Amino acid sequence: MSQQPNTTRSLIITLVILVVVNAVFFVGDLWQSLWWLGLLVNFVLVVAVASRISEYIPIKYQKTYERILAIGFPVLILICWEMLVGAEILSARWFPPPSKIVEALWDLTVEYDKFNKSSLLGRPWLIPQEFGNGGVEGVQTLLNESHVLATMLRVFIGFLFGAIPGILIGVMMGLNKTVRNMLDTTLSAFHVLPKIAIFPIMMLIFPDPFGEGPKIAVIAISAFFLVVISTMTGVRDVDEVYLQAGRNYGANRLQMFWHIIMPAAMPVIFSGLRLAMATALIVIVAIEFVRAKHGVGFVIFYNWQVLSTEKMYAGLIVVMILGVLLTYGLQWLEKRIMPWRQQ
Amino acid sequence: MSKKIIARDVLKQFPSANGMVTALHDFTLEVDDGEFVCIVGPSGCGKSTFLRILAGLIPHTSGQVEIISSGTDKPLNNVVFQEYAIFPWKTVIDNVAFGLQMRGYSKKERYSIAMDWLERVGLRKFAQYYPSQISGGMKQRVSIARALANDPEVLLMDEPLGALDAQTRAILQEELIRIWEENQKTVVYITHSIDEAILLGSRVVIMTAQPGTIKEEFAVNLPHPRTIETTSQPEFAELKGHIWRTLRDEVVKAMESQNEPTT
Repeated sequence: MSQQPNTTRSLIITLVILVVVNAVFFVGDLWQSLWWLGLLVNFVLVVAVASRISEYIPIKYQKTYERILAIGFPVLILICWEMLVGAEILSARWFPPPSKIVEALWDLTVEYDKFNKSSLLGRPWLIPQEFGNGGVEGVQTLLNESHVLATMLRVFIGFLFGAIPGILIGVMMGLNKTVRNMLDTTLSAFHVLPKIAIFPIMMLIFPDPFGEGPKIAVIAISAFFLVVISTMTGVRDVDEVYLQAGRNYGANRLQMFWHIIMPAAMPVIFSGLRLAMATALIVIVAIEFVRAKHGVGFVIFYNWQVLSTEKMYAGLIVVMILGVLLTYGLQWLEKRIMPWRQQ
Repeated sequence: MSKKIIARDVLKQFPSANGMVTALHDFTLEVDDGEFVCIVGPSGCGKSTFLRILAGLIPHTSGQVEIISSGTDKPLNNVVFQEYAIFPWKTVIDNVAFGLQMRGYSKKERYSIAMDWLERVGLRKFAQYYPSQISGGMKQRVSIARALANDPEVLLMDEPLGALDAQTRAILQEELIRIWEENQKTVVYITHSIDEAILLGSRVVIMTAQPGTIKEEFAVNLPHPRTIETTSQPEFAELKGHIWRTLRDEVVKAMESQNEPTT
């Protein structure tokens, strides 16, 4: 507490410097040429101010303050972005202001694209009406036009088709040396291959090259390799002492598997699943750039073609939201399956 | 007294980068039914190796190792591991009931036995906790309860209290004495602490430095019930002095061989 006067003084000094620097930049019209220096100095000063302020916050409210920082900083960035575009320092054409992006996101949500027969969410507010008109089929048509649903279904189905065999084969490789010797080299070689590169082959193999088959197959294959490798590692790295304990207490092979090996390997398997989920999202967006009439990747790419920058950014935001939702979903599952991992 | 454990001329060798290493050599030990035998030796003398051979967890190269069954359906042996080895993914009660579950006891039966043991080691309230939520001393109590709940013919303990702080260790030592006094189970107990060996054991076996073999045995005739105060009796101090004089040379040898440059 004896440092209070000192902190106060340095806080005031930092604030003064912050104002002076920005005034100099504004008056001297330095933003155009020295924007990088301006950003750097401002960032350092804001960090300094924020950490000085934290010394005034009672311990009780420290967590709240940390949360305010976590949310406040990105908000500050968005405000700066908005202002920089407003001052015409950033080009509104390439960096549309956040307000415009939100507007575009709203437009995408409520609009129906007659040309592509699609909408972002599938206009869920029309469901009661369509159900009245065409029953379940009416709702089906509505859902078929949704970009988000198309992407999510591809990721979800592909993920399942990749992860389930991935876990099974990974377990076999972890348990059986012969299987491991036979498959390890091949898997490592395939693992480093960018999975998007097999998309053309998948289009050849599947009877309908433009349908869902090849897309889901590529997602499944991408997820498969990550899950196989993490599952194998998890199963192999089970601490010897747990295996000895299991055997000593009379567990048979099946009991060893369910009571010892699987739960012990579960954390590593899940880290593989998380990676696979993130990769699935990357791959699906790339595929939808190339060959899709529906999907969030398509939204981004289509709006590039018609040069609607705001909507491209809106598409990115949708991808981010999907990523966050999928991660939360996986975390929820993780807590369900591994309740012992919570503190 | 009938023999419970017979180990004769046990040899254990395993390959290493520098050729064959002999961990145990000419190792002969017999344990009577109801005896509490403590094996003390310098680190690396192969005492844990012997315990694992006895438990059937690793094979031995030659010789005879046998636990004589009394003909009941009780498991022959259960191990309390130095690293606890309780399963982090199972609750305390499920850990204690693990052996019973593997042997096909119903949930009700095994929980009632497990709860009884949790009560005895003072962990009743923690039955539904996960191991990550309890302290090291409590984890080792769970590990001990897991072995006792399974009611094996022989209890094998591998430095179970080695990783605990002095006070917790003292408390658990008294608990072990109490439990043994109640049920007189046959125990083979590995430790590097002479005090612990004398306090708990009815016999103390000293091992030589690697390759491990038995150097000398001491009967502990201190009367039961024993407590931590037993350690302040003159007989205790006298025995401790004897044992230390025997063990000292082996500890020095073990330290010297550790400092030898590997060729």
